[in-house]
Amino acid sequence: MKHNLLFAGKNFIRMILLLAAVSVATFALVSASPIDPLQANVGQAALGSMSEAQKEKLRSYWGVDEPPVQRYLNWAKDALRGDFGTSLLYRQPVTSVIAVKLSNSLFLLVIAWIISGLLGFLLGVIAGVFRGRPADRLVKGYCLVIASTPAFWLALLLLLIFSVWLKVLPIGLSVPIGMEASGVTFLDRVRHAILPALTLSITGISNVALHTREKMIDIMESDYVLFAQARGEKAGSIVRRHALRNVLLPALTLQFASISEIIGGSVLVEQVFSYPGLGQAAVAAGTGSDVPLLMGITLITAAIVFLGNFIANLLYGVVDPRIRKGGRRT
Amino acid sequence: MKLNQRQKARVLLVFSVLFLAGVAVAGVLCHDAAMVTDFSRKNLTPCLTYPFGTDWLGRDMLYRTLTGLSMSILIGVCAACVSAVMALLLGIAAAVFGKKVDAVISFVIDGIMGIPHILLLILISYACGKGLKGVIIGVALTHWTSLARLIRAEVMQLRQSEYILIAEKLGQSKWKIAVKHMLPHLLPQFLVGLVLMFPHAILHESSITFLGFGLSSEQPAIGVILSESMTYLIMGKWWLALFPGIMLVLTVVLFDLGGNALRSLLDPNSVHA
Repeated sequence: MKHNLLFAGKNFIRMILLLAAVSVATFALVSASPIDPLQANVGQAALGSMSEAQKEKLRSYWGVDEPPVQRYLNWAKDALRGDFGTSLLYRQPVTSVIAVKLSNSLFLLVIAWIISGLLGFLLGVIAGVFRGRPADRLVKGYCLVIASTPAFWLALLLLLIFSVWLKVLPIGLSVPIGMEASGVTFLDRVRHAILPALTLSITGISNVALHTREKMIDIMESDYVLFAQARGEKAGSIVRRHALRNVLLPALTLQFASISEIIGGSVLVEQVFSYPGLGQAAVAAGTGSDVPLLMGITLITAAIVFLGNFIANLLYGVVDPRIRKGGRRT
Repeated sequence: MKLNQRQKARVLLVFSVLFLAGVAVAGVLCHDAAMVTDFSRKNLTPCLTYPFGTDWLGRDMLYRTLTGLSMSILIGVCAACVSAVMALLLGIAAAVFGKKVDAVISFVIDGIMGIPHILLLILISYACGKGLKGVIIGVALTHWTSLARLIRAEVMQLRQSEYILIAEKLGQSKWKIAVKHMLPHLLPQFLVGLVLMFPHAILHESSITFLGFGLSSEQPAIGVILSESMTYLIMGKWWLALFPGIMLVLTVVLFDLGGNALRSLLDPNSVHA
């Protein structure tokens, strides 16, 4: 137990350090930009007609007159208190913008994460067990094509098929156009989330399936499986009793490591479907020079990814009895 | 004619190299033709003269696609080379120069991997003030992490191997061991990693231009073409999105297959498979 806590603590501290490093790097990148926040947000014309004193005031408002290190420290101090500044595009606190967008996105992300994880695992196990047979070739071919397909193009194709040709699903957004927020039913939201979630799931499957397949092949070639076969165990029971347990651990790592990829994919997919989520906000922040929002989104996604890794590390101990025992002995 | 595994791999490799080089050259050659607008032939569905159709300005989509793809391939190749060399240097450095350097490099790798790739590209593109430069730098600087991890793990194993230990006992410098004894051993893996990096680089290049960072809208880049097609998709102009996309997927698949063929050719074990 004590060992477990120590392990968790170490991982947690590493996570915090990584997050701090990411924030420094992000800030450095953003402040290295030649895009002048004053010009981007006030506009060239307005800037030209202002007096020097007014400009000075604006500069100090945007913090451009201070050296970058000082600005970073100011930002970090506020960020620690939960204040990420004000979004320039939405004219709201960054935290509330992110909260709204994230709750929209989470709906998609969680669905896609679960579907792609389960299906990918299943396909990977099937392909690994029936290595070299038609089923394996099918899965492999699918994975190769999907891994080479940009998520946004797949989204375009699905949009073309289901919304333009078949007209069964809405074209974009997360709620029907021209409807009051109170009139939107849960079913409407689901209908709008189907295509984006489907795209994300389809692209997410290939990576999980390919890796699971490789692990599965390793396991099926191992001595204990050979021995089980020699004892006359049936393939089904070998998979259930020997293979699944051993492939679960790498699959777990993969599943949590895929969070980053799914978030990345959601940026593209949300752009295609005009789904008002975190990804679309990130793109808007990037093209609209909304520095506080861009920083906030980067940090929040990095935090989600690191949290995923952290949970995966903790789950090892729960899933794998060897790690638990190793802890007790030392 | 029955081909064995290695001959098949060789044929595949030659075919994909020829195809990709062909696309790259053809794209450069028809760069000017891709910019020609002709309102007498706008919005044509694919036919024999214009196999990919034309867009709302009467531009030939086949030329535009080829030009865009050649640009993607060139950017992808440049970026992958830079990334691969970075991965090699950092991977070796992490494994050779002791624990502290290793910890720092691993930390950096973890940090970079923590930010979703697309978001990192957006950030770097923003830092470079957008434009083509931002795309190239972004794609070049972000792809080295996983290869660096692989090389680091390989070097870690190599360090325990006998011939390296003997070289150490003989008093050879770390630098000499790294260059003379480790590098040749790592080369096949490095080459395969480099080739398998192309498809990722191309996909990310097209994604980031699709999102509107980087190239201006009159440039025929594959991401720009696809993002423009999005506006006209609802009007039923499916060919604007379909054919350029298929070509992009084909390019990436061929890079992938070529890389895997190269891997099986470089791996002596595959002779018996």
